[in-house]
Parts: sequence; structure tokens; C-alpha cells
Amino acid sequence: MAGYLLRRTVQILLTLFVFLTIVFFLVNAQPGDITRLYSMDPSLPPETRANLQELFGVNEPLWKQYLVHLKNTVTGNFGVSFSLYPRTVGDVILERLPRTLVLFVTATVISFYLGFALGKIIAWRRGGWVEYTSTIGGVSLYTVFTPWFGLMMIWLFAFKAGWLPIGKFLDPVVWRDAPTDSNTIFNLMLATAAVLTVVVFAVVLATSRKRLAKAPLIHVGTIAAAVAAVVGVWLASGVGHLAFDLVRHMILPIATLTLISFAGTMLLTRNSMLEVIREDHVMVARAKGLPEKVVRDKHVARNALLPVVTSFVFSLAFAIDGGVIIESIFSWPGMGQTLVSATVSEDLPLAVGAFVFVGIFVLVAHLAADVLYAYLDPRVRYR
Amino acid sequence: MTTEAAPVAAAPSLWKMRLTLAGRSLKQNWSLFLGTRIGLLGLAIIVFYLLLAAAHPILMHTIWDERTYDPIIGYAFDEPVQPAPPSLSHPLGTDPLGRDILSQLMFSTRSEFLLGLLAALMTVCIGTMVGAIAAYYGGWVDTLLMRLADIMIMMPAISILIVLSALFEVGHLELAVLIGLLSGFGGTGVVLKSQALSVVVKPYIEAARAAGGGTLHILLVHVVPNLLPLSFLYMMFTVTSAIFSEAVLSFLGLLDVRMSWGLMIHTTESAGYLLQVTEYWWLIFPASLSITLLCSSFYLLGRSLDEVVNPRLRRT
Repeated sequence: MAGYLLRRTVQILLTLFVFLTIVFFLVNAQPGDITRLYSMDPSLPPETRANLQELFGVNEPLWKQYLVHLKNTVTGNFGVSFSLYPRTVGDVILERLPRTLVLFVTATVISFYLGFALGKIIAWRRGGWVEYTSTIGGVSLYTVFTPWFGLMMIWLFAFKAGWLPIGKFLDPVVWRDAPTDSNTIFNLMLATAAVLTVVVFAVVLATSRKRLAKAPLIHVGTIAAAVAAVVGVWLASGVGHLAFDLVRHMILPIATLTLISFAGTMLLTRNSMLEVIREDHVMVARAKGLPEKVVRDKHVARNALLPVVTSFVFSLAFAIDGGVIIESIFSWPGMGQTLVSATVSEDLPLAVGAFVFVGIFVLVAHLAADVLYAYLDPRVRYR
Repeated sequence: MTTEAAPVAAAPSLWKMRLTLAGRSLKQNWSLFLGTRIGLLGLAIIVFYLLLAAAHPILMHTIWDERTYDPIIGYAFDEPVQPAPPSLSHPLGTDPLGRDILSQLMFSTRSEFLLGLLAALMTVCIGTMVGAIAAYYGGWVDTLLMRLADIMIMMPAISILIVLSALFEVGHLELAVLIGLLSGFGGTGVVLKSQALSVVVKPYIEAARAAGGGTLHILLVHVVPNLLPLSFLYMMFTVTSAIFSEAVLSFLGLLDVRMSWGLMIHTTESAGYLLQVTEYWWLIFPASLSITLLCSSFYLLGRSLDEVVNPRLRRT
């Protein structure tokens, strides 16, 4: 196991190196250089232009620039953003990465839960109208033109019905005389969510081991109590309405992402279930006279889980990438929107920084998938 | 090739036998395909759009006047206000620049098909060759190609396409080549290699080698044909992702194309009609629905082909 993981880590570091190289040469392959946006200004005195080029090091030989690029990436120094001038790229990214993560982790978890539950059902009722309608519905949602679908959601729930805000991260009117800034509140919310997850997970893990008859009751009770406690604490803290505003802005993008991506899990679960159903132990379980629900959930679904779990981690990686579209549509100020707006406005330092970060994140998610896979599938571990 | 070594009299009967076998398996697979039903729906949508694409040049040459109906530089002089609602002469209305929407839609269909087909062909040619070569040679060739595939799979594809199309002039052709490279050397290559691994250990490969067949001959005549069903399946999924990427990129206004479905929505957005969904529905729905329908039809077709070529998914 350790050897396998070590090999994968080295491979991923190598991939990262290749990725950084590609980024560098992509940026350098275009005509002009990074200072072009400002140094082409005819009113600029020649010495200022020379200064600018000196500052960005574009007069150095290419290999030297490449080494500097690598060094800066490793030390996390991406320079200063052009469009958000006094702020450094690292600062902007540190602010926006958590926003993206929250959006996509939540949506991916929900859509996997939903997709797995639905996939179980349609694999079991093969050939019925349930299968056809959910397959066609799921595939249409899965391949829908994402910008249009996001737009329809905005139009329906925010523009016409007026239940939810139209895009963006917060409502300035609510935040006008807020005691703290939104990032503090957001980070506190993240901490709360993390604690909540750990508590619920610990209780579920502790009770499911003992085969208690009342386990479902305990689970529901714990979750309800924990949620009530969280809501109570936030209400008492005096900034509850600010947190509520952020949550309101999150609902629509998360719902859209969930609807778009659950079908992938559903169809994967279905195929994986159909392969397990043909195995002998399922027939044995049926011959024992076990109820259909037990055969489905305990004998088939658990064995069909492996590819689904792996694809869960992979889709976390791809969510960041695909999130570019959703974030631009909902004006959610995360990594994807930063990447698009920086690219369109020719803010090269920010664009390169965001691009490199998206790449690093995808690679880390792949490493996580490998660890999980090796943990779940013994055949990989002992190779 | 060893055509001279084969007896001349046996050649026609061999071909006849091959044709009969091919016909039989085609008939069998077709009935399997019909059994999945969702594939037929996909096929119907694709045929509908093919007809749309074919009808455009005919209409342009017969009843549609070029100055009014040209998808890019036309102007609907018969309408007092642009964008005009649907009417008899303009069944889907006109866009904010006075161009006929139906004409734009039909004109773009052709390039979407060409883009999808080109990207899929690139992907499958590269993927099949990568898979066959990696499985046949093994060793360091295999390692090299598979590590390359790892890199390709890990690339954030949409972000790369956005950055590339912003930095360089990317049109349909370049996009198709990019998608073909990314997915041919990446995911598709890996899947086809795993299939090729089960082909290269078959006895007939060994027999061919014993009979003195060269490497190229074995690869092209014995390995690649056995990969074709799976390659064909992956063509469908590539078409979906190619059309989708094109739509997203041209919606963001990053692609160097003259007209496409994504660009039609981009025009709507930049003219500010994006949230007037009921008042100006013809500016938003035709293009978006076309993208969605065509993407999902190829996906559905791929799913049902999956059930045909993958025996483990068949009904017992």
C-alpha cells in the first residue's frame, strides 16, 4: 500500500510539473508578453516601459523566466492582480477557493446520495416505465446546456417567483451595517458545518456497528438535535441573519449543480448493480428467502458501491473544472468565475494563478481518489 | 499483405462468408439495439437534425432570398422592429440584429455535426491506435502511453479550453483537434487499451504471428477490428462533449466562429434579452434546446450501444 501510494504521489508531482510547464509555454506562446497591456500605451515614456519590462523580467532569456515561474509557483507567489490592483493573486485565490469548495462539495454529496438511491431503484425495476422516464429525464439533465439550465432556474425561482436572490454571493443591503465582513462569517459557517458533519458521522458510525434495533431513530434524533443546536447558536450570536443571507445565495447554484450531476451517478450505479445482480451470492440470498429490499440494499448495492465511490472523488475534481460555467452564470465569486473573468479581461497574473490552482486541486483530488481506492479495493493494495 | 499467397478461387467464397457473418451479427445487434428503446429516441433526434442541416442549402437556393435569410449578414427588411416575433416568413422570428433565427439554427446544425464528427474521428483514431499499441507491445511503450494518458485525464479540460481559446484564435477545426487529442490520448485510450489487452492474448493473434504476419499487419487486421465496436461507442460520447464544449465556449464569446448555437445565445445575452424568457422566447429556446437535444441524443445512442457491445449489461 505504501509503495503504491508513493508511486502515485511521485507520478502526480511529475504531472504537476508537466502542467506548470504547459501553462508557462501557453502564456509565452502568444504574441507579445505579460506587460503588453500597459507598455503598448503610446503616452508611456520609454524609460518607464523599460522599467516595466525589467520589473516583469520579460527581457530575461526564456529558460530563466521558466525557472522563475517554477520557483514562484512553488513558493505561492503569483504576483499582483491587474484588475483588482492592490491585491495579490494569492490573496484573491485564498478568499475564493473556500467558496468554490463549499458549493461543489455540498452539491456533489447531495447528488451522489440522490443518484445512488435512484440508481438502486431503476436497476431493480429494469424495463419498466420508471427506468425509461428516469433514464431519459436523467440524461437530458446530464447533457443539458448548463448555462441555459442555470438561467431557467434563475428565471423561475429568482426572477418570476422571487423566492431566492438572483446570483451573486451576498445582498449588500443586508450587509450595510454588518459588524464583520463576509469572509469571517463564511469561515465561521464552514467551521460549523465541519463540526456538524463530524458529530453526525461519529454517531452514525458508533451506532451502526452495534446492530441496534433503534439505530434509525437514534440517527434521525441526533441529526435533528445537532441541526437545532447549530441554528440556535447562530440565532443567538446576532449575525444569524447575515449567515442566512449567504445560505440563501447558495441554494440556487447548489440545486442546479445537483440536478445536473445526479444522473451520472444514477446511471453508473445502475450499470454497476446490473453486473453484481448476475453473481451467485445474489441468487443464494434470494434462495434463502430474504426480502427483496434486503437483497437489493445489503447484497447488491454494497458490492456495486466501489466504482461509485471512486467516481465520487473524481467528480469532485471535475466539479471544480466544470464549475467554471455554473459560477459564471450565477456570478458566484469562486475560482471558476475568477478564471473566466480574469481571462476575458486579460488579467494574466490572476488567470495564470487561478488556472494553476484549479490544476493543483484536480491533481490533489486524484491523489485522494487513489488513496480511497487502495483502501477500498484490496486488489489494488497488494499489487 | 499476402494476397498472392491465398488461392484465387477461394477469395470470393471467403468474402461471401465474411459478408454473411457481418450481416448476421448486424441483424442480431440491431434487434438488441431496438430492445433498449432509448437508442431509438436518440437516433430519431439525430435524423431530425441531419434533415435540418441538409435542408438549409436547399432552402437558401430556392425560396429563401440571400439578403434576408443569410445566417450571418442577412437582414429581415420585411420586419419593422428587431427582434421580430415569429411570423409566416420567419417561423422562429429574428434576432436583435435582424437575422432569421431558423436560418441560423439550420446553418449551425451542419457545423455542429462536422465538429462532432471530426472530434470523434480524431479521438477514436488516436485512442484505438494508442490502445492497440500499448496492449500489443507492453513494457516501456505501455508505461509511457499510460502515464501520458494519466496526465491527459488529470487536465482540467474546460479550464484549458477557456484559457486556450482566450489566448489564441480557436475555431471549429482547432477545437475538434484539441478535444480529439485530450480525449484520445486520455480516457478513451485507456478504455480501449483495457479492451485490447483481452484481444492480444487470443489464440488467433498467436496464430497470425506464427504464420509470419508482421506487426503492422497484426495490429491493423487482427487487433484494431476487434476494438471497433467499443471505439464506435466512445465516438458517441466524444460527440456529446465536443458539441457541449463548443456551445459553452462560444456562449462565453471565446470562440472564433461565425455562427453557432452557443453564439446565438451569446448574441441574446449581449443584447440584454436573456432574462425576458417569456417575452422573447424565440431568442433563447431554439438554440438552447437544440444543444441539449443533440447532446443527449448522442449520449442516449452511446448508452444503448453500450448495452449492445457489453454482454454483462444484457438481460438474461
